[in-house]
Amino acid sequence: MSEFLTLTVIMATIASGIRLATPYLIAALGETVGQRSGVLNLGVDGVMQLSAFFAYWTVLETQNLILGVLAALAVGLIMGLIYAVVTVSFHATQGISGIGIFLFGLGFSDLMFQRQVGTPRPIKQLQEYGIPFLSDIPQVGPALFEHNLLTYAAFLMVPIVAWVMRSTTFGMNVRAVGENPQAADSLGVSVARTRYAAILIGNTMAAIAGAALVLQLGIFQPNLTQGLGFIAIALVYFGAWRPVGVMGGALLYGLVNATVLQWKAQGIIPRSASDIAAMAPAVLTIIALVVLAGRVRPPSALTRPFTRH
Amino acid sequence: MNNKRKSLSIMRLLALLLSLAMVAAACGGSDDAGGGSVAESDTDLTFAIVAPSASDDLAFTQSMVDAVKALGIEPQITDGTFVVEEAASAIRGYADDGVNVVIAHGTQYGASLAEIAPDFPDTTFIWGTATDTQGLDNVFAYYPEANEGGYVNGVMAAALTNSGVIGVVGPVEAGDAVAYVNGFAKGAEAGGAEVNITYTGSFGDVALASEAAQAHLTNNADVLTGSAQMVVGAVTVATGEGVPWFGTQANQTPMGPDVVVASQVYHWEVVLEQMIEEIEGGTLGGKAYAVTLENGGLEIEYNDGFDLPDDVKAKAEETIAGIIDGSIDAGV
Repeated sequence: MSEFLTLTVIMATIASGIRLATPYLIAALGETVGQRSGVLNLGVDGVMQLSAFFAYWTVLETQNLILGVLAALAVGLIMGLIYAVVTVSFHATQGISGIGIFLFGLGFSDLMFQRQVGTPRPIKQLQEYGIPFLSDIPQVGPALFEHNLLTYAAFLMVPIVAWVMRSTTFGMNVRAVGENPQAADSLGVSVARTRYAAILIGNTMAAIAGAALVLQLGIFQPNLTQGLGFIAIALVYFGAWRPVGVMGGALLYGLVNATVLQWKAQGIIPRSASDIAAMAPAVLTIIALVVLAGRVRPPSALTRPFTRH
Repeated sequence: MNNKRKSLSIMRLLALLLSLAMVAAACGGSDDAGGGSVAESDTDLTFAIVAPSASDDLAFTQSMVDAVKALGIEPQITDGTFVVEEAASAIRGYADDGVNVVIAHGTQYGASLAEIAPDFPDTTFIWGTATDTQGLDNVFAYYPEANEGGYVNGVMAAALTNSGVIGVVGPVEAGDAVAYVNGFAKGAEAGGAEVNITYTGSFGDVALASEAAQAHLTNNADVLTGSAQMVVGAVTVATGEGVPWFGTQANQTPMGPDVVVASQVYHWEVVLEQMIEEIEGGTLGGKAYAVTLENGGLEIEYNDGFDLPDDVKAKAEETIAGIIDGSIDAGV
């Protein structure tokens, strides 16, 4: 344990935790917006898979990271539009539709990868940039202030999403249609338009999360996300539909994973307990959800389609 | 009436979406239905492969696809079947279609095979990696003595490390992964190096493999290795940091042309040839075969693009000879 308690290792673990938390955070923030409008999207993981593939393929072909992110964004918008049409305009059951989106994303990204790429080939990765002065702080600086642009963007989105949801007309409309769509409708708020916008934001952010994952790793393979999108949905509940809470959950998940990996590398966790330790982040999330279950309240209209009477 | 029409439209739309999803998911495992014929092989037997990852994953699945093709046989392939139920469906489907030899390339398919194989007594099922045939007369099993190549890689790694610390990224402690990792550790430790082993708990989590590799580097490792499909994440870290990497299952040089030192490559064709002889002689199964350095089923392929010192390569060759003649015990 003493080897772990050195500043170098602790800071490296924190940096690793932040890297691991980034895709969770971006996807969960987007899903927070969607769920606050009353729409649950179980297809987050599928959107991430598909956007990750298109970001990867674009960078593989063009060597251009910006084009890769733009390709992912386009995928997010298209998938978001499909999901919005199905769930908002046609009032389809959100759970089933989301699973359909997930399966489509998983299967189509796999198919495209095998048809267009085949063998995994490394691509250009996102570069890390140090924040002037802050990254120069010995030990702490590189861990906290030397990351790629999408990681900075992820954490910057937390106060932005919080502000938008709390202080803007759009945010209030989103909350209103998520709590009581009939009342919001009677006050002249377009429930459909608001939910469309929230879904598009959610899917676009899921797409950025997919791009962040693949461009951080610099490689793609089928089922790259390994259910990351579903954990992101759980983190929305974990964070009680508040961006800061979601960030806390994502960081906790990332840091627990990073700590487990460090402890394994140092032999602190014996090999006999390796598989049990690998479950630690998921178990922690489940425990937190159980503890929080009675204490937080989801948006009242979550998963309920809106029909004007 | 309007409501009824509307709900019908919704149902149609949902059905369409789900159908699309199912088609896409099904297509995800590339199902090369056109194959199945013998190209330049001496055998008339038709082959099919069902495997968990992509056919060209530079790892487990590719090792079998390459082996069958090396025999001049063009197999039908259903890959990407991480879900065992999907694999079981594909295995049964090929047997139903009259394919002579169905290769279930995944330890996890064993339980499914135990149910399917008795229903098709005239079909041979080849299953691995596994050390026994579950008592089934129409099942051949195969496994690699992956510890042997692991030991050779470990010896080379110990000779290359400056810090004296080597990091290993494994999936779960099972199958040929654990044999490779244990063999590698034994070889590296025989060379005086300290070996830190991390099992991420997943065969597919690339992000965890990447961070596990980073964790090893933080703990002074300056040579890395790993096994299973998710190591692509670790190879990328090795490439980014310029750290030597040792591969296994297939030649991983294309993933890291500057850092891959050598790869233990599985040549399943060595045991497949023996199985084909047995089948053509009327024995459809009941035996387990191992690929080893001695029978040529395991081979250490060096990366010409890596500047491996001559003395290290000589040491590796000596080790291979020692394992083959029995003077070196790579057993774990």
